[in-house]
Amino acid sequence: MSTRTPSKLEKILAAGHLAVTSECGPPRGSDPEAITRKAEMIKDYVDAINITDNQTSMTRLCSLASCIHLKKMGVEPTLQMVTRDRNRIALQSDILGAASFDIYNILCLSGDHQNFGDSAQGQNVFDIDSMQLIQTVRLMRDEGKFLGGDEIKRPPQMFVGAAANPFADPFEIRVPRLAKKIAAGVEFIQTQCIYNLEKFELWLKQARDRGLHEKVYILAGVTPFKSAGMAKYMKNRVPGMDVPDEVVKRMSGVPKEKQAQEGIDICVETIQRLKEVEGVKGFHIMAIEWEEKVPEIVERGGLYPRPKVVDD
Amino acid sequence: MIVAEKKPIEEIIDYVKDFQKLLIAGCNECVTVCEAGGKKEVGILASALRMYFMNEGKKVDIDEVTLERQCDHEYLEEIRDRIDQYDAVLSLACGVGVQFMAEKYFSTPVFPGVNTCFMGAAEERGVWSERCQGCGQCILGKTAGICPISRCAKRLLNGPCGGSTKGKCEISKDLDCAWQLIIDRLKELDRFDEYEQIMPIKDWSTERAGGPRKVVREDVRL
Repeated sequence: MSTRTPSKLEKILAAGHLAVTSECGPPRGSDPEAITRKAEMIKDYVDAINITDNQTSMTRLCSLASCIHLKKMGVEPTLQMVTRDRNRIALQSDILGAASFDIYNILCLSGDHQNFGDSAQGQNVFDIDSMQLIQTVRLMRDEGKFLGGDEIKRPPQMFVGAAANPFADPFEIRVPRLAKKIAAGVEFIQTQCIYNLEKFELWLKQARDRGLHEKVYILAGVTPFKSAGMAKYMKNRVPGMDVPDEVVKRMSGVPKEKQAQEGIDICVETIQRLKEVEGVKGFHIMAIEWEEKVPEIVERGGLYPRPKVVDD
Repeated sequence: MIVAEKKPIEEIIDYVKDFQKLLIAGCNECVTVCEAGGKKEVGILASALRMYFMNEGKKVDIDEVTLERQCDHEYLEEIRDRIDQYDAVLSLACGVGVQFMAEKYFSTPVFPGVNTCFMGAAEERGVWSERCQGCGQCILGKTAGICPISRCAKRLLNGPCGGSTKGKCEISKDLDCAWQLIIDRLKELDRFDEYEQIMPIKDWSTERAGGPRKVVREDVRL
């Protein structure tokens, strides 16, 4: 497939390699090393690193500044951007700001409700939604125009991504919703963490039946459990998460000191199985505050070394 | 209707404690229906305040009135001839009524006795829930008669988000996911294929964002 942006992630996908992305959450403070330290651990094992945008609505160092720190160390960032906190002026302005630092990937999200975080009494914006943010970035990039219709000088060149949650309800709209995001202009998808492989494979099969896997690069999301407690928490407390009982049982079935390793093993097995599924074009490894384990997961998942692509 | 809730008595006392002659004004419309500011609530509040002042050893005269509407000149005029007898008015109307009272009786202090909450419906006795945010450009024709602006916590025009779980919203298990309701009804109406139409970016200029709004109807003006 041909590429439309200078994004390394796009080039790797277009060349037919399985891509590997990961993500880092910025700190609740202004120390840039909190980002660069994490990135340093994983940079040789992934093609791009997402920087989350005030995830779970906890106020953090901003995604854009964090992406610039990555860029300065030669790592390819993916700017996550939620529509919760910015109106269309701020969104477009931040997209241009990111483009001015040659940030080439963006992930368009609506964002968790502020109710979850440290500012439950704050306003939310939601001037546009994630679907419309995809359209906005494509308009800015492809037509070189602002939403208001004016011309953009030096338009952003961004490979446009979005999230998909095959496990949220209602299941029957999960594939139509993917189709809708593709129609809006999305180019790559990073999915919610996959623990229920049967359900994920069913979702992907339904997507394949509509030929959607050929219109968008789907990166399967994985997160290793650190403990049985984490598995239970994700099962019971995190909205839109599907952790089957047998996975929780497997984690609980090993002694506490071995649970972390069991979590990594499950994650690696998930990658090995999904690598063989038609339509999976890569993996998005979300090792939450456990970045040091990403290299092991990538290596054991048979995804190392990472391919080299030639810069423009 | 406009749904309101009674303010805590402590807050009301704080507003009116230094006055000698008070008028408590109810409204016979929405706030009566939602049992926050009608004749019955005026009576209850007046009794509570009288007891409070008596316990404090203060002599305060409290009169009661319930107007047909407080958002209309015609009915507010009914108290013009006696408004000067009062040091202050405690209005149990919605925020609209309180303000209209204050505009009309410019030199009389007017205080709110209720918190105005939203435009909603009575789901059952004692339970009201939001249905409309008055965005000024109704899209219910495209969303199977269910409003995502007032009923989705993120007012997503292209929902549901990934937090929709078993028909409920990510922010509360007691809150229906508006997009689940929309999808269910689209299917019932045999219009499920419409789900894949992307709702365009909304023009919010007719909503609060565009500044205070006004409707002028030349055809009905006098």
